[in-house]
Amino acid sequence: MIKQRPFLVETLTAIGLILAPLILPHLGFAPNTVNRILIWGLFGIGFDILFGFTGLLSFGQSALYGTGGFVAAYLLTRAGFPHVVTALFIGMVAAAAVGYLVGLIALRRTGIYFAMITVAIAEVFYFVEFNPLAEWTGGENGLPGVPSPSFDLGFTQISFSSGWSLYGFLAFWFFIGIVIGLRIIRSPVGAVFRAIRDNPLRAAAVGHNIHSYKLTAFVIAAAYAGFAGGLLGVMQAFMPPDAFMFHTSAELIMMTAIGGTGTLFGPLVGAAVWLFLQDFLQAALGLGAAWKLVLGIIFVLLVCFLRRGIVGGIHDLYLWLTRRGESEPDAPEGVPLPLGADVTASDTPAMPPQPRATNGYDGPILQAAGLTKRYGGLVANSDIDFTVNHGEVRGIIGPNGAGKSTFFKMLTCEVPPTSGRIVFEGNDITGRNVTDVCQLGLTKSYQVNQLFSRLTVRENLIIAVLGELRGKFRLDMFRKIDNVPGLTEQVERTLAMVNLSARADTPVTALAYGEKRRLEIGLALASSPSLLLLDEPLAGMSPQERVETVKLLKSISRGRTMIVIDHDMDSLFELVERVTVLQEGRVLVEGTPEEIKGNPAVQEAYLGGVLE
Amino acid sequence: MINWPNFVSQLFNGLVLGALLALISSGLTIIYGTLGVLNLAHGAMFMLGGYAGYVAYTYTDSFILAVIAGSLFVMVAGVVMERVIIRHFYSRSDEDQLLVTFGIGIVMVEVVRFFFGSLSMNVPPPAALSGITSLGFMFYPTYRLALVGIIAVALLALFLVLYRTRIGMIVRAGIEDSVMVDSLGINVYRVFMVVFGIGAMAAGFAGIVNAPVVSLTPDMGDSILVQTFVVVVIGGVGSFPGAIIGGLIAGEIISITSMINPGYSYVMLFAAMTLVLVLRPHGLLGSQSRA
Repeated sequence: MIKQRPFLVETLTAIGLILAPLILPHLGFAPNTVNRILIWGLFGIGFDILFGFTGLLSFGQSALYGTGGFVAAYLLTRAGFPHVVTALFIGMVAAAAVGYLVGLIALRRTGIYFAMITVAIAEVFYFVEFNPLAEWTGGENGLPGVPSPSFDLGFTQISFSSGWSLYGFLAFWFFIGIVIGLRIIRSPVGAVFRAIRDNPLRAAAVGHNIHSYKLTAFVIAAAYAGFAGGLLGVMQAFMPPDAFMFHTSAELIMMTAIGGTGTLFGPLVGAAVWLFLQDFLQAALGLGAAWKLVLGIIFVLLVCFLRRGIVGGIHDLYLWLTRRGESEPDAPEGVPLPLGADVTASDTPAMPPQPRATNGYDGPILQAAGLTKRYGGLVANSDIDFTVNHGEVRGIIGPNGAGKSTFFKMLTCEVPPTSGRIVFEGNDITGRNVTDVCQLGLTKSYQVNQLFSRLTVRENLIIAVLGELRGKFRLDMFRKIDNVPGLTEQVERTLAMVNLSARADTPVTALAYGEKRRLEIGLALASSPSLLLLDEPLAGMSPQERVETVKLLKSISRGRTMIVIDHDMDSLFELVERVTVLQEGRVLVEGTPEEIKGNPAVQEAYLGGVLE
Repeated sequence: MINWPNFVSQLFNGLVLGALLALISSGLTIIYGTLGVLNLAHGAMFMLGGYAGYVAYTYTDSFILAVIAGSLFVMVAGVVMERVIIRHFYSRSDEDQLLVTFGIGIVMVEVVRFFFGSLSMNVPPPAALSGITSLGFMFYPTYRLALVGIIAVALLALFLVLYRTRIGMIVRAGIEDSVMVDSLGINVYRVFMVVFGIGAMAAGFAGIVNAPVVSLTPDMGDSILVQTFVVVVIGGVGSFPGAIIGGLIAGEIISITSMINPGYSYVMLFAAMTLVLVLRPHGLLGSQSRA
């Protein structure tokens, strides 16, 4: 949606900002109102990156808005600092620094805990501003006398004092804010933000350090908040203490929800609606203080019925209108391939696992010794010894409840073993986390699909490939995602391997089950792991899909080490060279498929000992 | 030098506030624990209880009737809110649930402001409990002393409902694993409605019994909501005993810090919360299972 032509959105924004002073007065907007809308809009860009793109609903943005505002205002008034723009930037840096510290605390938890902690933080800052720091902040009087910006160009003096002249100054910063915001969300960092919003578990599992990225989003939002807070003081020539009030956070959230999240422009639109309605309801309809009640009801209705807000609603309407014009595609794209189509066409370039520095290690790729996992009294895995050599394709079978999935979770370090050691390519990975292990080249496809559900197939794979190409954390916020070397090729290769090239730009929600399953495998494959674990890749597939997927897995297995869990033994025995049988958390037996088929202990485990 | 009578009196104030927070937080925490919804309108419900009681009091002049009316009104409001809006949000994201309860809270506050204005209202304590009581070494308002007892009884009642009744057993089971309860053939949706009503009633009851101690304003719930959050983070989400312990800790921190410098009471409260988050991220009595 925000892709399309380069700089289209930026150009339209610039045109809109230039035309606004010509049009808006006729719609009844006072210059002061427009200026406020811009400040809220700028404040909201950062908040939308945090909430709309990263999925972190913070109720504490007022703390950062106030911090930036008061630092800038203090410098410009009490400290007598002369440069307005420099002061604004210092305020922004201060807010970002505070945001970093606050983020360290708030991001210790997710979901509702995060929301509650940010509420508490907002309240604390308000009290600190009012009492302990009243000497610096003016307490309930705020800081009056914030100067307006003026620039001495040598031959002439430009000053932005109030009304439409100040509009130029604010519009400039809003434009800069939007340009930077768009760069960020189009960068690899922005892609990871969306991945965290959609599925934090998988984002971590494909090798992204999600905690650092969340903190990044928090600091970005803090910087925007701080700068906007500074502009508020400049605009009003007074830094009001209520910038710190919880109501500021609340209004920002409501404006963003009204305008629409995940668009960057939502808060601007929301603020326009909000402030316009406030004036309209108060003055024109004479509702007095009841305007807030009306806006509150509108907010609740929007959350109930139009969750993506006004911008999202317009976008959906646009899609609906344009799609209606087109005829339905001839064949529903979701149907599986016709039988006999060679899924693993030989022109599909095999994707060799990325050579990683192994320090000349040439022992087994994976060695687990004495792995045990207890959940309270329940022993899921008990004293498992397990070795897989380079290039091997190993199968794991066992009756339900044998501890297969727990075993995989320990190997990928999703859960720590109670005791035992895991050595991967000579590195002891016991007690490491899933992100680090993925970075080392060991990853898993999940038994239950773990996809980024609001993204397209291609975007899903991009997230996984980025994990490998960029490492677990990197701040390339201003790089275009297409400029990551090797990204496009690797995504295309993966698409071809899992046979989803034709569906690359389809949203995940529109995929058929078998396609989702292939994408699940593709996500694990995309980071070109040297050891790939597949947890029931065939689960829930139709017989025909199984045949295709086994072919797919065979082609993947060329030059790769894989461990596969599945209940479909015919398919599994066709695929793997050796099989390990787990029963009641222990290794029952290990051998070639032929040996396993004939093994009486295995037959007994599955059939409960009827033979003899 | 420490002024001892003053100190003890602040300890008592802390106990009153702590008990109050414990009761409100219990409501919040059982709703979250059972339904998985963090009710951001909980502070507004506290306020609503006060106002509903105030209205009942002005018509009947009876404090007892005011308490009953305040609690029941908020319980009904909670049930209606659950029936009409909240149940459509069980399958939606945490963020949507937060947004909608947040919005409902604002609407409640603004409705009250619309009808009663922003000026503060007062509900006097019942005649038998007015005045001050001599504790030998100091004097203390009688109603505040009684309030500790009243809230203790309410908490005990909540405890008995949660731990000694069939519905309580279902609620506690639901906090552990609501999917399992559902599949055991219990209609969880009806349980959800009842829990929401009980949780709301706890807030409403707290609002009206606390009304003689404070003045009623439409946004009085905001700061209570924040304090409740701290209580729940300290005590652990979904834990009834955690809410009580957290409430008492928070109440005492606020009161004792206020004695030294009121400006730092929130800072200290926040410091305590941070400490708990660092040392025990799931709260003092929280379990790992409920995120």
